Amino acid sequence: MSTYETLRHFADTWFLLAMTIFFVGVVLYTLRPGSRSTHDDIADIPFRNDAPAKGFDDRPSEQLKERENG
Amino acid sequence: MRAFELSILGICFFAALIAAGRAHDDVFAIHCLIAAAAAAFFFYRRMDASERIDYSATGYADGVVRAGVIATVFWGVIGFAAGVYIALQLAFPVLNLDLPWTTFGRLRPLHTSAVIFAFGGNALICTSFYVVQRTTGARLISNDAAWFVFWGYQLFIVLAATGYVLGGTQGREYAEPEWYVDLWLTVVWVVYLVVFGGTILRRKEPHIYVANWFYLSFILTIAMLHIVNNLTMPVSFLGSKSYSAFAGVQDALTQWWYGHNAVGFFLTAGFLGMMYYFVPKQAERPVYSYKLSIIHFWSLIFLYIWAGPHHLHYTALPDWAQTLGMVFSVMLWMPSWGGMINGLMTLSGAWDKIRTDPVIKTMVVAVGFYGMSTFEGPLMSIKDVNSLSHYTNWTIGHVHSGALGWVGMISFGAMYYLTPRLWGRERLYSLRLVNVHFWLATIGIVLYAASMWVSGITQGLMWREMSPFGVPVWSFADSVAAIFTYDLIRAAGGGMYLIGGIIMAYNLYRTVRGDVRAEAPMHGATSDAPSSVAAE
Amino acid sequence: MSWLKKHEKIERNFTLMAVLALLVVTVGGIVEIAPLFYLKNTIEKVKGVRPYSPLELLGRNIYIREGCYSCHSQMIRPMRDEVERYGHYSLAAESMYDHPFQWGSKRTGPDLARVGGLYADEWHRDHMRDPRSVVPESIMPAYPFLEKRELKYKDIAEHLKAQVRVGVPYTEEMIKLAVADLETQANPAEGDLAGLLKRYPKAQARVFDGKPGRITELDAMIAYLQVLGTMVDFKDYDAKKHLR
Repeated sequence: MSTYETLRHFADTWFLLAMTIFFVGVVLYTLRPGSRSTHDDIADIPFRNDAPAKGFDDRPSEQLKERENG
Repeated sequence: MRAFELSILGICFFAALIAAGRAHDDVFAIHCLIAAAAAAFFFYRRMDASERIDYSATGYADGVVRAGVIATVFWGVIGFAAGVYIALQLAFPVLNLDLPWTTFGRLRPLHTSAVIFAFGGNALICTSFYVVQRTTGARLISNDAAWFVFWGYQLFIVLAATGYVLGGTQGREYAEPEWYVDLWLTVVWVVYLVVFGGTILRRKEPHIYVANWFYLSFILTIAMLHIVNNLTMPVSFLGSKSYSAFAGVQDALTQWWYGHNAVGFFLTAGFLGMMYYFVPKQAERPVYSYKLSIIHFWSLIFLYIWAGPHHLHYTALPDWAQTLGMVFSVMLWMPSWGGMINGLMTLSGAWDKIRTDPVIKTMVVAVGFYGMSTFEGPLMSIKDVNSLSHYTNWTIGHVHSGALGWVGMISFGAMYYLTPRLWGRERLYSLRLVNVHFWLATIGIVLYAASMWVSGITQGLMWREMSPFGVPVWSFADSVAAIFTYDLIRAAGGGMYLIGGIIMAYNLYRTVRGDVRAEAPMHGATSDAPSSVAAE
Repeated sequence: MSWLKKHEKIERNFTLMAVLALLVVTVGGIVEIAPLFYLKNTIEKVKGVRPYSPLELLGRNIYIREGCYSCHSQMIRPMRDEVERYGHYSLAAESMYDHPFQWGSKRTGPDLARVGGLYADEWHRDHMRDPRSVVPESIMPAYPFLEKRELKYKDIAEHLKAQVRVGVPYTEEMIKLAVADLETQANPAEGDLAGLLKRYPKAQARVFDGKPGRITELDAMIAYLQVLGTMVDFKDYDAKKHLR
């Protein structure tokens, strides 16, 4: 068999299967029991960050300095 | 550091001037002059240090987002106007003006690039900078790099647009800019990835919110598509002309792998990132199902990338590739509708907001059009349907129901959400004008899509009608004449959409100025009183 | 259920997330596109297909520059009505030297894959100057400037070299004689016509724009349009042999 046919065969069968299994795995994992509280927490992210997190002051020092000078 | 950057810019300036003098063609010479002007502009900006500090009262780096909002609205209006003009050219060819720079062939890429890359691209970049900060609790890793992305992207737009008008094009749809413009965009895009990804890396939230997944896949995939599809051999390094690395059937598939995934990852994944942040924020409730959003993400990026060959049905492309493209396109219907349901159901328990808040109404209609065009798309990818619809106005209608309905409307919603918050205004200048914009745009889209649908099917049926003697009944010219009225309706629909865009620009301009229009309030609208005003 | 905890790492790990997403989107491209480059029968060898002559190539570049592909396809599908209207369906081989391809995606105007030889040069001249003078229903822009602009062709050898670098089989001789071949094709009275035809079989050589003495962009444009779809002689072509 030519390189092409080997590749094509592999892509059509095992690789497609591997991808499908990966995908199904992702879906099952997402739907796993006990994930609800985690997901509810993540879904809430947009609502608690209207200001940067506390103690967030890792601006590049260069900029801080310039701000003071300005 | 500053001195180093300034000297680099100085070198760029003189190199561009020298290249302009030695250029092999006008397009390249003019582009070198534009590049020199850009270098001078960056030089000037760099000398002014105070401009580098623009953390707003929120504590986030919002200056670049503000600039992005202005750019989005500006390019949006330009792009819509170009679209209306070329739509009228199709009805009245005299509008081509017999000049090289104003023919349909040169203005059409100007329109498509202006709306996709200038309007859509700026909307994506500025919202991604806004969203990534507010879903990670972290500031952008570098304000300077973010500004470089902004200005670098505007330079890309100007080079692309002037190139088309002057005749510098690679001749690949939606990838027309010539080789050096592509190289420049690659540089800008890598910096964009670094700014976005770097900000996620230093997040304060343990998890990465799903909107960022969509934005990230958009940035990564576009980088890959852009680089592969634009592999090209310049005739000279001092000239604009280049020859594509691939030819014929390979070139066609590469191009439509790019072209379709530009739709899938630029116009869909990126804007879904927008949806997953702004719809919950405007509705003031979390996304309907976070689980569904994860499944939406993985299935979308899984399936989209395979769908490209449906642009090449019945061509010289091998059949297996066509079939593969068709199957994956049809499967795409599922995640698309999953996403639509997720977006719409976010409003459950707050359905009255659709009635009272025109901003949420705009977003909801956007999600609705997302659902409709992702239903129509798989339908058109079925080979039997495609044999009729391909090459006709139906395709153009389909693209516009997605572009005007989904991409445009969700961006409008985001701009209406962002402007009061970014400029620290209590509310928009006028909600009633938002409502007017909403109706102009919606009716415009309906006119556009319906007329193109009818004219596309008319074309398809006229082309295939055979007489009993086995010859085509209609000449091609007959089919051109037959769609004249539909072209007028389409231009009218586009015109309404353009007027809506201008009204939005006016409304946002007055909002930025801090004006509030004296008008009867629209009750219950959250936009009347944002829950969190940017600057107290 | 400790394995469940592991996946949470993916959700938290940005780099892993990025790599996984990139892997997923790359695969589709690799599986679909890469085989086309290995695949021998993607493009069957067909007699007659040759690289464009220098004049035709520059005409093609004008076709690209003016964005003709926005409205004209160059890809005839095998449906009966298309074959009746435009001619034999397009073969992959016919665009094997097209860098870039110009199949198009929209027919605001008719397909041009086999427009070569369909109309006389005079018709094309009138049509470019004022399309509605020959097709009243036409909505095509007029291109009156093509016949006024001298063709820039002194660097044509550089173009051929760039084409060689992407795989088009121009020979050393073709590159050396590129300027001469271009001038001969647009003005066969003065030049080595036999040599041109040896290098580019069946090339049509004449004063395409009707004005001898100078070579205009219209010369190149018409030369390109007149060669489109004419390279393969379908009397010799046996479709059954090439079933894919």
